[in-house]
Amino acid sequence: MCGVCGCGEGHIHSHDEPHDHEHAHDHHHGHDHGHHHHEHTAEHAHAPGLTQARMVQIEQDILAKNNRYADENRRYFSERGMLALNLVSSPGSGKTTLLTETILRLKDELSMAVIEGDQQTARDADRIRATGVPALQINTGKGCHLDAHRVGHGLESLNLPAQSLLFIENVGNLVCPSAFDLGEAHKVVILSVTEGEDKPIKYPDMFHAADLMILNKTDLLPYLDFDSAQCIQYAKQVNPRIKVLSLSAKTGEGMENWLTWLRAEMALQRIAYA
Amino acid sequence: MHEMSLCESVLQIIEQQAKVQQFAKVKTVWLEIGALSGVEPEAMQFSFEVVMQGSLAAQAKLEIIQVPGVAWCMPCGCEVLVQQLYDECPHCGSHQLQIVDGDQMRIKELEVE
Repeated sequence: MCGVCGCGEGHIHSHDEPHDHEHAHDHHHGHDHGHHHHEHTAEHAHAPGLTQARMVQIEQDILAKNNRYADENRRYFSERGMLALNLVSSPGSGKTTLLTETILRLKDELSMAVIEGDQQTARDADRIRATGVPALQINTGKGCHLDAHRVGHGLESLNLPAQSLLFIENVGNLVCPSAFDLGEAHKVVILSVTEGEDKPIKYPDMFHAADLMILNKTDLLPYLDFDSAQCIQYAKQVNPRIKVLSLSAKTGEGMENWLTWLRAEMALQRIAYA
Repeated sequence: MHEMSLCESVLQIIEQQAKVQQFAKVKTVWLEIGALSGVEPEAMQFSFEVVMQGSLAAQAKLEIIQVPGVAWCMPCGCEVLVQQLYDECPHCGSHQLQIVDGDQMRIKELEVE
């Protein structure tokens, strides 16, 4: 069950409101009824009494609802001393391999879990479970991103111990997941060197939203024209604060730096928790 | 990007406001969309019509107020206009820019009856 929305537990949230047709249908048709306001001007002068049309101030962020769920998730993580990371990338950057390799190296020292977001199939969750770590697959169906509400329900069903490290592997997509806060401590963007070095400026929103960029598949660099220095420069152009780690999840080269970063972030969560 | 799901969020907010503020029909929706928000106004217009079908905003007109991107340049110590997240400061060429405006996507107001 969800504290914010009160929706039924575990079910996919649908926005269909129960349609109660109890609106007061008292139609006093004003004589200028049906006239159109063609241009939006700063003032919406409406002579009172002439029309039923009126202005309603909303001033709400379109993503306000998602952000409320994200705040709930963030509170959940902080109360339990958990570190949650939102892993984002285009499809095929090696997110799942990076995760399985990371889990194999850290599973004796940390409690970990993975939430997998994909449009279809449970293949990624199966790969994670093979490492012995709990994984929850969320299929977004036609959706292009995970939202904080579904992740919140995922947290309930995972029911992780305090001080766990939670990886949220988002849908492979460099565009949409950038706007959806899931309550994570950091977005980590993974870019493989088989992609173009100009990805950070072609998809700036994601690189702007991320705190860490992982340049993956560096073992393939000798066979490619990929210019790592240029890629990192583009990333810093979009986001001067972004940190960059280069590694190959396959050969293990550079993995130690990533593990050090994870341990340091976990330590920060523990300090706050203690 | 995901203009369709953004429009679904807009509809949810409208439906919720309809109960609170007692209205049954929406004539115009004003959205404030920043140049750096990643939202494509044209895609928003397209999705809006599709998503609002059959709702209390089925006949509503969508008005998008576009807000320019503004960043604070740390080396210069002044505000500059930016079109893209990777733009440099027009004065000093630095990328040490902090976005201060133009990343919003908000429902501003509604004309209802």
